[in-house]
Amino acid sequence: MDAGGPGVNTLADAWDWLTDSANWAGDAGVWHRLTQHLVLTVVCLVISCLIALPVALVLGHLGKGGALAVNISNVGRAIPTFAVLVLLLLTPIGKWGEGPTVVALVLFAVPPLLTNAYVGMREVDRDVVRASRGMGMTGRQMLWRVEVPLAMPMILNGVRIAAVQLVATATIAALAGGGGLGRIITAGFNLASTPQVVAGAVLVAVFALLVEGVFEVAERLAPKRGAR
Amino acid sequence: MTAPPDDCLARNEWICGEYLTTRRHILLDAVGQHLQLTALSVLIGLALAVPLAVLARRWGWAAGPVLALTTILYTIPSLAMFSLLLPVYGLSAALVVAGLVLYSLTLLVRNILAGLRAVPEETRQAARGMGYGPIRLLLTVELPLALPAAMAGLRIATVSAVSLATVGAIVGYGGLGNLIYSGMNTFFKAQVLTASVLCVVIAVVADLLLLGVQWLITPWTRAARA
Repeated sequence: MDAGGPGVNTLADAWDWLTDSANWAGDAGVWHRLTQHLVLTVVCLVISCLIALPVALVLGHLGKGGALAVNISNVGRAIPTFAVLVLLLLTPIGKWGEGPTVVALVLFAVPPLLTNAYVGMREVDRDVVRASRGMGMTGRQMLWRVEVPLAMPMILNGVRIAAVQLVATATIAALAGGGGLGRIITAGFNLASTPQVVAGAVLVAVFALLVEGVFEVAERLAPKRGAR
Repeated sequence: MTAPPDDCLARNEWICGEYLTTRRHILLDAVGQHLQLTALSVLIGLALAVPLAVLARRWGWAAGPVLALTTILYTIPSLAMFSLLLPVYGLSAALVVAGLVLYSLTLLVRNILAGLRAVPEETRQAARGMGYGPIRLLLTVELPLALPAAMAGLRIATVSAVSLATVGAIVGYGGLGNLIYSGMNTFFKAQVLTASVLCVVIAVVADLLLLGVQWLITPWTRAARA
């Protein structure tokens, strides 16, 4: 392929693909895939938070398990998402529809949540924690009224990293037969249709950037607590 | 008496020594391709990231846009990144390398820039007072002091590249990812598990090697601690 001409044509063709309403309807259409992607991301983010945050908050409060909480992110990075998806697909979980996708998504969203929340809890000024104990607060009060509010920016940062990671993993899940916007890309490859591949990729990229943007806006709008 | 083919391959077991011996060449080829893809990507990424970070450090106004661009690039999922490059590179190894370069680049620029920014102002002033020009200051003071942060970025970039290269299987250049992909389509458990484990092994070995390199090239950090 030479530069210039074909590239521009492909972009125009991808635009035509995106603006053709036939591509948005039906079970393999954009709306259905977009809904799948959104549901997968949100459901798995909620599950991951329910698993990771209590563990991170308790470990952070007690100051235990730091090596585990910090290193789990590095371990997560070394393990290819694609490999985990395929491995899960070949286990009995694979027979259960979106099972492998959900499990893989949660597995890859937990490490950043755990690490960031734990680090956030440990970075709370020790003097403040000691002062709250001196005021006679119980452990539970210290956790909820002092440590968690002060650690909130780091906790939310972890949620944001996890959300972006979830969008990316849900895309790769399409390679292993999972639903979501990635399917538009894989279907495009199977049809040898470069415009569809590019159109799918644009949709995925915009979706990911929107998720990132939502967190960016939420961070700006959030009330500033304990500004130093 | 002929034995029926009742080895672990026929039973499609996860762990299979027979697979390792009979498919040794396929595995070695895949490992070779995986190493080439990742090494090339990280090296190109590094060659681009150092000047970018230095320029962003020198001209303060450039830092904002550079960091914003790296955030955007890093947010785009790997499958979409490879797909967006398809019109430019076609179904080629260059496509996978280009995609991985973009990811390595973002991680490296952020870390090198952070390292350069962490050089204490007094150190810079001391060097200037000793008559160091801007180039000599950069090469002999600022860059060496930024090495630990840069090496941390290099380790993350390398480990990520090893892992992300598997997605290159979508265009047929995914190194071990190719074996995982074909193993998935044929439900070949031993192949998928072996290739996956090899991927993690490559990532861990690369990480340890870079840690060793860092230990060798930053002797002053050890001297300070001793």
